[in-house]
Amino acid sequence: MKNLEELKKIRERVKRDLELRTGKHRIKIVVCLGTCGIAAGARESMNTLIDLIAKSGRSDIIVTTSGCAGFCEQEPMIQVYVEEQEPVVYGKVDTKAAEEIFEKHILNHQIVEKYLFTKGK
Amino acid sequence: MNDKSITQVLVSIDSNTVLSGARQIKTKLITELSRQGISEEVRVIETGSIGPTNQGVVLGVFPGGELYANLTEEEIAEFVQERFVKGRTYQKRLLAEKLPEEMMLQEYDSRKTQYYGRIVLDNCGRINPEDIEEYIGVGGYEALGSALQEKTPEEIINIIQASGLRGRGGAGFPTGLKWSFTFKEKKYPKYVVCNADEGEPGTFKDRLIMEGDPHKIIEAMVIAGYAVEAEQGFIYIRGEYKLSIERLQKAIQQAREMNLLGENIFGTDFNFDIQIKIGAGSYVCGEETALLNSIEGYRGEPRLKPPYPAQYGLLQQPTLINNVETLANIPAIILNGPDWFRNFGTENMPGTKVYTVLGHVNRPGLIEVPIGITLREVIYDYAGGISSGEFKMAQIGGTAGDILSAEQLDVPLDIQSLQALGHNLGSGALLIMNDSISVAELLTSCMKFFAHESCGKCSVCRIGTEYLYTACNRLRKGEGYADELENMRDIATTMKLTAFCPLGQSVAQPVFSALKYFKNELSKSIKQNKKSFSPTREKNSKVIYYS
Repeated sequence: MKNLEELKKIRERVKRDLELRTGKHRIKIVVCLGTCGIAAGARESMNTLIDLIAKSGRSDIIVTTSGCAGFCEQEPMIQVYVEEQEPVVYGKVDTKAAEEIFEKHILNHQIVEKYLFTKGK
Repeated sequence: MNDKSITQVLVSIDSNTVLSGARQIKTKLITELSRQGISEEVRVIETGSIGPTNQGVVLGVFPGGELYANLTEEEIAEFVQERFVKGRTYQKRLLAEKLPEEMMLQEYDSRKTQYYGRIVLDNCGRINPEDIEEYIGVGGYEALGSALQEKTPEEIINIIQASGLRGRGGAGFPTGLKWSFTFKEKKYPKYVVCNADEGEPGTFKDRLIMEGDPHKIIEAMVIAGYAVEAEQGFIYIRGEYKLSIERLQKAIQQAREMNLLGENIFGTDFNFDIQIKIGAGSYVCGEETALLNSIEGYRGEPRLKPPYPAQYGLLQQPTLINNVETLANIPAIILNGPDWFRNFGTENMPGTKVYTVLGHVNRPGLIEVPIGITLREVIYDYAGGISSGEFKMAQIGGTAGDILSAEQLDVPLDIQSLQALGHNLGSGALLIMNDSISVAELLTSCMKFFAHESCGKCSVCRIGTEYLYTACNRLRKGEGYADELENMRDIATTMKLTAFCPLGQSVAQPVFSALKYFKNELSKSIKQNKKSFSPTREKNSKVIYYS
């Protein structure tokens, strides 16, 4: 360790890892990762989302998983929870759709009608 | 880290949970997750104590921070299926919806809403203690870097003095003053010693600090070394603390690899290294001079003070000795300044205190609270109240601590308020007892311990502890001599005044306080017609009585 700069570099490297645990999140994206979801490519969509979050540098967005919601034909499905707004469920979210939803809904709070499955609880 | 994990399971691996099978649970979790094909998304991380004890294996699931307890190996498959595959909370073993953000145990009680924050246990149960990068990620070693590059030793000592930090080992001596004594001596080499020989029965705070956040102790020791101009540090640690030793060794190794220990730390010309010395299980070695003898390879017996270790310590060189918890406060004080530290606690004793709450309470465990809160708050707000029966008494500060009755429930737990009553804060153990325990029983077990641990160097302690043990034992059986209580007071007074070291002197604490608050109960154990043989007291002798 030569100087504080080196410390800072290490801190940047483990930042995302530790932020998961600090618990201050404004937006939660739930990816349905049941067998049906995985078969339909949910894991790829999820990885896209994770990469996009990392690229955006935002620390208040988290991704979690859940199982099959019972609408297997709509998979891959994702639910978007923005603080103080009603949850939005998207269906048939491939990697391209994930990018679009991230860009429009997550970053700019516009619902992407094209992939909308349902709104509210 | 370039892994894809989006969920982290923190498994609390400390000496309590290890006994409940935490290691097996961790392995089982990893196998189950990979069997379900989700081991990439869910990462299992080891951490120190999360807080609750007596709750079996404790897990935290992040993000969110649900807390699960008492999980068994057989349930893991179901748990993984429910929680990670289906994404629902596993109600059966859920302890809390959310891991307390501010402080352990606090969220359990809705009455407590004030934000206190943690200083010492900041990272315990949150980071992986075996990964130096996680410690750096939460701001670790920054205090050291800024101290070495931007501050002189005098400036650091001034900061510590201004913070008002007092030793957390029991005596409460101002830490900054201690540092300045060692700094003033111009005899080299000097040494820094961390006293991790936590032997006070019922106290296990240091163990959980070292298990949960070993790098904090290392960072603090290097800062201390720089401040008092020492180049070698020793951690004298209790031999039974296997996991602490293991994690400290690993931490020292990692720190050496990153040149946070060794030569030219942070590109300065300051060198420092740390060695671990494992104790062999003697209570008296927690006394600083006996500890120094033990490091040197001699029998663990106390030395005459003065001269103090600051002048003639390890190998007769100037030495700074600090307790684990005291050191754990140092990095935060250097980073945030003395004024920030004074936001916590009382004027006379700023900061927080880590307590181990045990006995007849609903939620025994580890808490970190501001100094100055009352025993009532600890019991009813943090520990969930008395588990059965009525509150009767509490012994604060371990076996050498005072026994308080229900009347002292509202006394603030800080040195000044307690000293006004003739009591000490002690090491941080809070043993809470209900009405099923008799005072004589409690005293007997305390005295048995002291009689066993007395090193025998001075006869006052050697004979005194043995006498008190037999006396308490008579009371326990309801066969006390007519003048038993007076005799006990005499012996305890003699010990307090003349014993060679704090071990013998502190034996008086539980005796005095028991006689003060529970005299009626103890008197009932006396048989009036039974005469004592010793010690004989003249009728009009002028004995100085304490309390």
